[in-house]
Order: sequence, then C-alpha cells, then structure tokens
Amino acid sequence: EFRRFSLERSKPGKFEEFYGLLQHVHKIPNVDVLVGYTDIHGDLLPINNDDNYHKAVSTANPLLRIFIQRKEDADYSAFGTDTMTRKKNVLSNVLRPDNHKKKPHIVISMPQDFRPVSSIIDVDILPETHRRVRLYKYGTDKPLGFYIRDGSSVRVTPHGLEKVPGIFISRLVPGGLAQSTGLLAVNDEVLEVNGIEVSGKSLDQVTDMMIANSRNLIITVRPANQRNNVVRNSRTSGSSSQSTESSLPSSTPNIIANFLQGEEESDEEDIIIEESGEPQQIPKAAPTSGSLESLTQIELHESAQNGFLPSSEMNLNHSAGSINMEYEVQDPDHKSLEEDGTIITL
Amino acid sequence: FPLCQTVEHGFPHQPSALGYSPFLRLMAIGTRSGAIKLYGAPGVEFMGLHEENNTVMQIHFIPDQCQLLTLLDDNSLHLWTLKQHSGASELQEEHRFTLKGPPGSPPSAMQITAVLPHSSREVLYLGTESGNIFVVELPTFTVLEDRTITSEAVMQRVPEDYCNRRSCEFVEALREHPKNPDQILIGYSRGFIALWDLQNSKVTHQFLGSQQLENLYWQRDGSKFISCHYDGSYTQWPVSSDNRQPEPLQNSVPYGPFPCKAISKIYWQTTKNGVPYIIFQGGMPRASYGDRHSISVVHGSQQTAFDFTSRVIDFFIIFSSEPTAEFDDPSAMVVLAEEELVVIDLKTAGWPAVHPPYLASLHCSAITCSHHVSNIPLKLWERIISAGSKQNIHYSNMPWPIDGGTNIAPDPPQRDLLLTGHEDGTVRFWDASGVCLHLLYKLSTVRVFLTDADPNDNMNTLGEDEWPPLRKVGTFDPYSDDPRLGIQKIYLCKYSGYLAVAGTAGQVLVMELNDEDAEHVVDHAEADLLQDQEGYRWKGHEKLKARDGPVRFEAGFQPFVLVQCQPPAVVTSLALHSEWKLVAFGTSHGFGLFDHQQKRLVFVKCTLHPSDQLALEGPLSRVKSLKKSLRQSFRRIRRSRVSGRKRRGGSGNASEVQEVNARFDQDALQEMELAPVQRKIEARSAEDSFTGFVRTLYFADTFLRDSSRHCPSLWAGTNGGTVYAFCLRVPPAERRMDEPVRAEQAKEIQLMHRAPVVGILVLDGRSTPLPEPLEVAHDLSKSPDMQGSHQLLVVSEEQFKVFTLPKVSSKLKLKLTALEGCRVRKVTVANFGSCKTDDYSENDLAVLTNLGDIQIISLPFLKLQIRYPCIRKEDVSGIASCVFTKYGQGFYLISPSEFERFSLSTKWLVEPRCVVDMPEVTSNNHVRKSGVESAARKSRSLGDSGEDERKSGRLMEHALLNDETVLKEIQSTLEGCR
Repeated sequence: EFRRFSLERSKPGKFEEFYGLLQHVHKIPNVDVLVGYTDIHGDLLPINNDDNYHKAVSTANPLLRIFIQRKEDADYSAFGTDTMTRKKNVLSNVLRPDNHKKKPHIVISMPQDFRPVSSIIDVDILPETHRRVRLYKYGTDKPLGFYIRDGSSVRVTPHGLEKVPGIFISRLVPGGLAQSTGLLAVNDEVLEVNGIEVSGKSLDQVTDMMIANSRNLIITVRPANQRNNVVRNSRTSGSSSQSTESSLPSSTPNIIANFLQGEEESDEEDIIIEESGEPQQIPKAAPTSGSLESLTQIELHESAQNGFLPSSEMNLNHSAGSINMEYEVQDPDHKSLEEDGTIITL
Repeated sequence: FPLCQTVEHGFPHQPSALGYSPFLRLMAIGTRSGAIKLYGAPGVEFMGLHEENNTVMQIHFIPDQCQLLTLLDDNSLHLWTLKQHSGASELQEEHRFTLKGPPGSPPSAMQITAVLPHSSREVLYLGTESGNIFVVELPTFTVLEDRTITSEAVMQRVPEDYCNRRSCEFVEALREHPKNPDQILIGYSRGFIALWDLQNSKVTHQFLGSQQLENLYWQRDGSKFISCHYDGSYTQWPVSSDNRQPEPLQNSVPYGPFPCKAISKIYWQTTKNGVPYIIFQGGMPRASYGDRHSISVVHGSQQTAFDFTSRVIDFFIIFSSEPTAEFDDPSAMVVLAEEELVVIDLKTAGWPAVHPPYLASLHCSAITCSHHVSNIPLKLWERIISAGSKQNIHYSNMPWPIDGGTNIAPDPPQRDLLLTGHEDGTVRFWDASGVCLHLLYKLSTVRVFLTDADPNDNMNTLGEDEWPPLRKVGTFDPYSDDPRLGIQKIYLCKYSGYLAVAGTAGQVLVMELNDEDAEHVVDHAEADLLQDQEGYRWKGHEKLKARDGPVRFEAGFQPFVLVQCQPPAVVTSLALHSEWKLVAFGTSHGFGLFDHQQKRLVFVKCTLHPSDQLALEGPLSRVKSLKKSLRQSFRRIRRSRVSGRKRRGGSGNASEVQEVNARFDQDALQEMELAPVQRKIEARSAEDSFTGFVRTLYFADTFLRDSSRHCPSLWAGTNGGTVYAFCLRVPPAERRMDEPVRAEQAKEIQLMHRAPVVGILVLDGRSTPLPEPLEVAHDLSKSPDMQGSHQLLVVSEEQFKVFTLPKVSSKLKLKLTALEGCRVRKVTVANFGSCKTDDYSENDLAVLTNLGDIQIISLPFLKLQIRYPCIRKEDVSGIASCVFTKYGQGFYLISPSEFERFSLSTKWLVEPRCVVDMPEVTSNNHVRKSGVESAARKSRSLGDSGEDERKSGRLMEHALLNDETVLKEIQSTLEGCR
C-alpha cells in the first residue's frame, strides 16, 4: 500500500507521534512495524527514535520515501549503510525478500536495543596500519580487562632501522571489555592514549594515564596482526611511496584526534550527596573566562568538532598524501620486522 | 619560580675520609659517592663533587694554602682550591692526576697508599704499594723521576736477616719531621721504618719494627715518634744524632695481654704539666670487645675508651698549631663515625661531648615523617630553645672548635622550624632558618606508654673497675624498642603552642608547651572507628599500653590527652584547630573529631567499604616487614659496594676484577629484563582495597549549607575519591566548657575518577586560601573575605577540581594524569613574593608528582606555571619525604641522613655564602699533618663482605622494583608513614 502525505519540515514532532500517524494512515493501529527510509545515498535506514526521525525529515528532498514493514516478517538485511551498490534494489529488496533466501537469516535487533561497548574511530584520518579504539566503560560492570608491558619495536627512520622502546598489550582477561570487543589483541603496540602519545613515557606513566581515562578510554594501537586492516576504496593500494613504515614519534601529531561526540564527559559525573539527600550529579557551573583557558587539548577538540569532519574526502587525501605510514604486509621481510613487537622484545 | 637546590642539611651519607687544616681551621669530609664537603664556622660550608662517583679515600690539605688534595679509590689525585669569586669563596676542582708507571709494570705498583704534601708546598710524596715513593711537583703534577725514593735505596743497609723476611711491602705512612723539613719518616707495612734525608738522599736512621705497621706519629719536638701496630701495640722510638739503629724506648699493648685488634692511628700530645695525652683508635681485646668502635684517650691515670655506635672512619685532634708553642695542649678530639660526628672536649674534666652546630645525624632513629612551620613567633621560639637547653646540660660549653672561614650570608629572614618524627617515638625540632640545620629540642612520646625497654637502664653507668673503661658516646641509635611508637603525623600550631602527634599504633597525643617540669595524668580516650560496622576482626598490631597514674614530663611539650583509635591502625592524617580546640585524625578505617578542651570525642565516621577486608588485616605489619627486608637488601648492596672497593691485594689485577664485575652486572641486568613486567589496566571501583583510607583532613570556616551563614566545618578526603564535609557547631568562648561541640554531616562528594584525595582547600571570596587558625587573631593575615562566594579545591592524585560553595557545582578542573601520566604525591599552598617589589605576592600550589617533578599551579585558575624535574623518579623515599614550606621552599631526603633544601622562590633563598681568607703565613711555619690516610684505609676494609652478596642484593632490588604489587605496597606504606 502506498500513502502520500505532508509533514511540516520545520516541526516534525516526535517519533512516537509520527509512528502513530503512520499506523493511522495505514489503518493498522495494533500492528508492530519497522519504519525505514532511503537517505541521499539510497541506503535504507531505520527510523526508530527521535534522532533518526529528525535526520530523516531533514533529508527529504522534498520527498521522503518511507518503507514500512511488519515487524514479524521484516527483512533486516535490507537495512544497512553499504547499500550503495544495491541502490536501485532497495525497493525490490523490501518487496521481494525471497531474493536473499540463500543467505542465513541473522536476527539482529535494532540499534536502540544496543549500548555501545567499543568503536573504531577516526578510520578516515589514521594510517591503515593504525587503529583507534574507544572502549565505553561507563554503564557496564565488565572490567576493562587487559594488561600492558614494555617492549621494543623496530621502526624505519631516516637513519635506518632503529629499535625503540614501546608499550604493548600483554594480556587480555577472558570476558573483559577489551577481549569482548575483538578490537584489541595481545602484542598490539599502544601508540596513544586519549590523544596523548605514549612514546617517551614509562610503563607506569602509561598505566596511570589509561586508568585516569578508564571511563572513556581511547587507545590508538598498531595491531600485531595487520591482515584485518580496513582497506579504503578511495586510495590506490600498493603504491610504492606508501610502503615504508616510518612511524616517527613526531609524525603522529599530524593526526588530528577526531573523537566521536555525543556522550557527556564521563568524569563530570561526580556525585554529591547533600545532607540526608539523594545522590545526584554535580552540575557544571557557568563557565568563566578562566575555565575556558584551562580546558585541555582534548576538550578543545571536542568543542570544535561534531563527530564528522565536514569533508571526509579532503581528509582522506590529506592522510594519503602527507602521512606515509602505510605498511605492506605482503613482503615477508618486512613482515618479520613488523612482528618484532613479539619476537625481539625481551 | 626558579628551582634552586641550595644546601644539603644533615650528615653526609656514607662518609669515607676526613681531613683537617689547622691553618684554615676547616674540616673536610669525603664520601663514598665522590662528594667532598668542607665545614668551618657555623654557616661556612662548601661542597664539591668528583666527576667519577668513586670513593674518596684520603683528604690532605696543602700546608698553608687554601687547597686540598683528594685521593679516590681509582687511584686518581684531585686538587681542589677555595677561590674567591664576587665576594664569596667557592670550591673548585683545579687539577686531576693519575700516577702512571712505566709501560708493562703492574698497575698495583702505582697504587698510592700514602700521601705527604711537603711543607715547602712544592712537592708531593706519594707512597705506593710497590714500596717506592714518587715525587710529584706541585701545582703542575709532573713526576720528578730522578727524585723517586725506591725501596731498594732505603733498604740498602738493612741487616740481611731482617731484610729477607720483609720483601714486597708497601709504604704505610709518610711523615715529615716537625722541625726539619729535609727529613721524612717512611713506614713500610711490614714494620720497617726509616728516616730519610731528602738533601743527601740517604737513610739517616732505621728502625727495625717487628710488627705489622699501621701508622706513625711524630712528637712535637721531633725527638721521638710513635708507631702503632696491627697487634694492638704501640712503640715509642727515639731519634738522636748518635744512634743510627735505635732500639724502642717503650712498647706497650694497652688492652693486653690477650690478643688485641689493630691500633690504626695514634696521637701523642704533650702538655705543659708534662703528662701527655695518648689517643689511639682501636686496640680492643679481640675476643670480648673486638666488635666495638672505640677511640681511647689516656692522660696520666685517666683513661676512657669512647665507644661509638657506628664504625669510626677517622679522627683528628685540635691542638695548638702555633709553631712557637712549646706544647701541643690538645683542646678537642673530632671523630667522624660512619653515622655521626662526635666532638669531645679534652679541656673540661670528664671529657664531655660538644654539641655540633651542623652535621646533625637526622637519622639517629629513622625519620618517619616531617612537618615544616614557617615564621615562628619569637615567643614560641625562645620557649622551645629554653626547653632544649635544659636537655643539653651534659654537653660541654666549649665554643665550636672548628671555626675557619666567615659566614657572610645575610641573617635568615625568619625563624623556621622543621619537625621530624622518628621511628623510636621522638619528634625532633630543628632550626631550619639558615644553612645549619641545628637541633633545638627533642620530644619523646615514649613516657606516655609502657614499653619493654626500661628507661632506667643506662648504658653509661659502668662500675669503677670496669676494664676497658668504655663510655658510649653519640646519639645514633637505629634500633627502635617498639615500631608502634613511630611518629606518623605532626601538626604544630605556632601561635598557641599546641602540638598534635600521631603514631603507628593509632595513638594521637595532644600537647601543650610548658616551661617547667611537671607530673600529671594524661587523659585517655578511645575512638572506635568501626562503630557502625560489624563482623570485622583486626589482625594487625595491638595498641600501645598507656601508663596509668601521673607521669613526670620534662619542660617542653607535655601531652595532656591521648586519643587511641580502634582498631589501632596507623594514623594517616591529622589536623588541629587551635582556635576551636579540636583535633581530627584519620586511619584506614575512618576518621574522628576530638574536643581537647572538654576532652570529649565529638564524632567518628567509618569510611570503610564493607567489602574491604584487606584494610582490617593490619596491612601495616605485612608491609612493615617488607619495608624492613627492602632496607636490609639495600644495606646489603651498600655493604657490598664497600667490598667492591676494598684495598686491592698486591697480586690482584684491578682492571680485570672490574671487568668481571661489569660482566656480572650486565648478566644480572639481562636476567632482570627477561622477567615479565606487566601492568593491569582497570578502572578504579568502590570495591578496591583501601578506599576508606583517610588521606587528608581540613578545617575551614566557610559556607557549607547556605550562602548567608558560614560555620566551622571539617573536611575529609579518602583514598577512594570521596570527600566528606561536616558542619560543626562550636560553642562561643564563654560557654566553651559548658556546651558540647556538635557535628553533622552536610555533604559527601564522590569523584567519579575515584583517585585518592590528597588535598582539600577552601578559597575565600577573593580566591585566597583561608588563613590558618589564629593567624588573623595575631594580625598576621588579612581576615578572609566572607562576602564573596567561596570555592572548594579538591586535589586528587589525578586531577585538580574547583567547586562552588555552598551549592556544589564543578567550576574548573585540571587533569594531570590523563595528560602527563604523572600523579600528585604532595601538594601545598605556597606564597610567592617578588624580590623586586615588597607588596606583591601570590598564592600558588606547589606540587610534587610521583615522577619527582615539581610543578607550580596557579590559584584560582589552575594554570600550570612551571615544571622542573627535581627528584629521580626511582627515589621513592625521597619523593615520599618531601615537605614544602609556606614560602616556596622545600626539603627532601637524599639519603637516610640528609635533607636537600630547595627553593622555588626568588625571595626566600637559603644558601651558604661564606669566605675563607688565607691567614697570615708566618715564616718557618710547619704545620704537622694529621696522618689521616692509613686509618681511613684500614677502617674501610673492616666492613667487607662477599661479592656474591652484592649481586644478590642487586637482583633483589630489581625484582622488588619490577613487581607492581610490591611497588604499590611500598608506595602506600611510605605515604602512610610520612
């Protein structure tokens, strides 16, 4: 069934109201449905809360195409961001789900039922050999669950191969956050903690930094296993200029920390219990001129960026051009060097 | 904020050599780490450091010059000069020289064993292990090879049978004739002594000693000399023109007839009345007193063997150095023992000790905490001094005999006290105003308690007929009767004279200054910090038993109330408010508030997390033993370092030995590196151990509930990042005794990062820290601004946070750990004045981090002003011992016995500034050498132990420092202790 109706773009209202409206216009008041829409790229995206509803309305051009499926026979695989190639088939996918009968049907609930535990961030600005992982400790009882150790890694520098001390993940606790994410592994070299480089810092210093940031820990690692790296479409891989690993300490600051936002800073959650009262969060006082100046480097970044860079294309070019940090795993000699973290370390 | 490390207070760690110049009246002390320190009149101090960290073996002043020579254990000689530079003297290394033999000769042949700077100041005579004496020209250090005195030349005319037995011996002592500079006395180790004529290059007299020689000493007139020997005997030899092969005049074994230890150094001092002073080191009967470190003084029928508590490094006698004087007339004996300096007055009957104005043994019992109070009011200062002077009656009144140089530093700007708490339950009050850290008064808390040690057991009361006539001297006594007596926290109110001290077994004593002796009962109260918790059992040490009934206290600080925490865990924080007459104390279980006016406990608060079992098991005992073993292992290392530097035997190849050592070290190091070192990364949680440990307590008069009324308040911060605030109601002065003090919990702040809270501070409406109690009443501070809004600063190990008051909202923060990976160890508000304008000053936070960095952070905006590396980050005890003053100076221990003083302020800078002028040189002035070298060398070889021990000690150190849990434990103990 198709329906067409208009909405006030400036006042879209709440998702609940919209959902009710849909049920009303389709005269299906007691049927649970999944609501989706196609965004500008043609991807089928879900509408299930106020945020993505508002986002959907804002993308209407001027038409917003909405798909409604009954929840019990919905095809979840139709949703996704990588539907570029299937652009034209969005509708057919929805209408004829038997196209995908061959694939095993995995039931994954909608994002609203999830709480993030980890994410890979800044993929667009980091070299492919590096991975920036964010662990969301707050709200979970799971321990972070990993150990770090001293070690040494071999770097290619202008003066030739050089053995430099480094910090490595030495152990993952089974069932811990770090292990359950699958994003960190034993012998991964730790390069940064919440945007601060660890080179030149002792194991104890890095330990203290990680613990101090434990409620919102962002670690940049060079994975010991380089086979699962994200391969970007936008660049031609294998070009010789990118084949040397030259992770000089000075080169990493070029990478602008680009942390996802949206969550309040965790350590603002200090709790106050006034006499015989209930615990409550301590509010932030109106900022004064002094406070702004004292804000740390990260906080400044946070306030300046809203999670996505304005133009990811531009940044990709930037990283491809100026940061030659790529490393070719195929070369067996280089490979042994790369794994020095494991082998050479005493 | 320039960081200057200005002066080292206390006693040099591991002294190894002593020298004295009667001409300059300066004393020099060398250490095993290659430092050399000169001391003269109080305030006259110089320090130099050899480039190589080698042990200083011998120190010799060049006669009648502002110069001295040091011999290191790598066989290098160093010439130091006191030079005047912009009005003040400075010690500079001028020249270094290593005696080199002809190619192919064994290096041991060139090993210097005796040094004689000739009174002509032109040449040095260097006795070696080969028995040859080399002549070196000064100041160029050119070897005059044609003037070398070979052992063959000296032994030419020695009788055949004597000579055969005594080949291959080395030069033990070289002494210039006191009257005739052309003659030198040469003593060889196997006992042969010869008088050598420099002009004619021949032996004029030879003395056939039969015992192994230790040292030689000329009598003043040059007619006789004394030799002392390995078997504990000494021999007097005549020197006359007619007798070329004299027989000994007198041979005596003072502590015979049983075998005795060596006499390593001897003095024979003449007096007007004809009865000489014979002063010698060692010589005790081997079997029964062989372990004593003694120096005996014999004067006619009087004889005393001064018994030192640590090894004697060396000693010298101060006597009349006037060349025209007929007699020596000794006035004082200066003894450098391994752990202290002792000076004995030889002019006063009974030979009392002289109270040294510097070089105090800070560690006579191990320092457990320190507390600094700036700008002491004169009244209190005088009362403390008078209390102290009553304790010092057994000291001699003699003015300090080492009085060379002139102190030209300006008088200290204010009177500062440094209080150190010690393991044996004492608190020592030091005058920390100037360059000389001087003991003013010593307070003991032991009397309050019943301990095993009987105070009447006096070591000095030995019967008349005791032999040898031993007399204990010195204050160094590292053995504590009971570790529970240890002092952990000190708080002195300089205006009221109230003092609170707290100790290892949960004891809190409040004291008052009394100028008279008094006998009174100490009131006793218990604070059960586990009140509302059930099912816990304390497994740590028991509390100390307090003495019942009245106790006699000497003049000074006298305790009037004892608050005993239950369980008797170590007191971890202490605060005293002398205006409100309240004392607050905290342990790992909670904190309490005591009204010392009404002698009533106001409240207790348990901070223990229900799941924290570890806090109850008395971690202290466990950690204590660990600390002990650590200390032992360090001691082992120290000892083995000595053995590494012991005198090399004639056959041993020094460089080879060193090479082997180095290889071994490297192997050991590699082994250590293989040990896996890993650190757990985990967020802090409420269930962690020791979250209830109370780290800081703070009294403030501020707005806690609403912005219209301010009231007294008590703040407490714990290891788990919790801040408690209690509103107090203190009755007005006129009803102070009638109405009880009341307290009510007003706020509880939980920092989400849960790092230990190490400091709490309230800033007034002008963002100035609130003044100390009674400061305003004494007109020494502006009264705080109670109009504007107050702010609360909470310093955790990881962050600085400012909150508004009375409604707590976060205003500002500075993250330290997240950005730099360092944590706050010590934090104090310091006032920084300008050296240019008197009316400008500002308050900042002085912070010491666990990496040993010092940072200055501005108030109230929390901006990092400056950062300096100050203490090595491996120096855990140095960092733990650091104490800041209120005016931007600070102290930390660089060894168990030395405080390094530093300053961050341009205005308050205490550093030595002094001049040494050359006294007029009278012609024909032959100042006798004090004969230092041999004794120093001899005594050093006593403490030898095996090489293996050194290695294992080193391994142990490494293993301990690599273990995370052990490190944490050490850290927490140290924090707890200091």
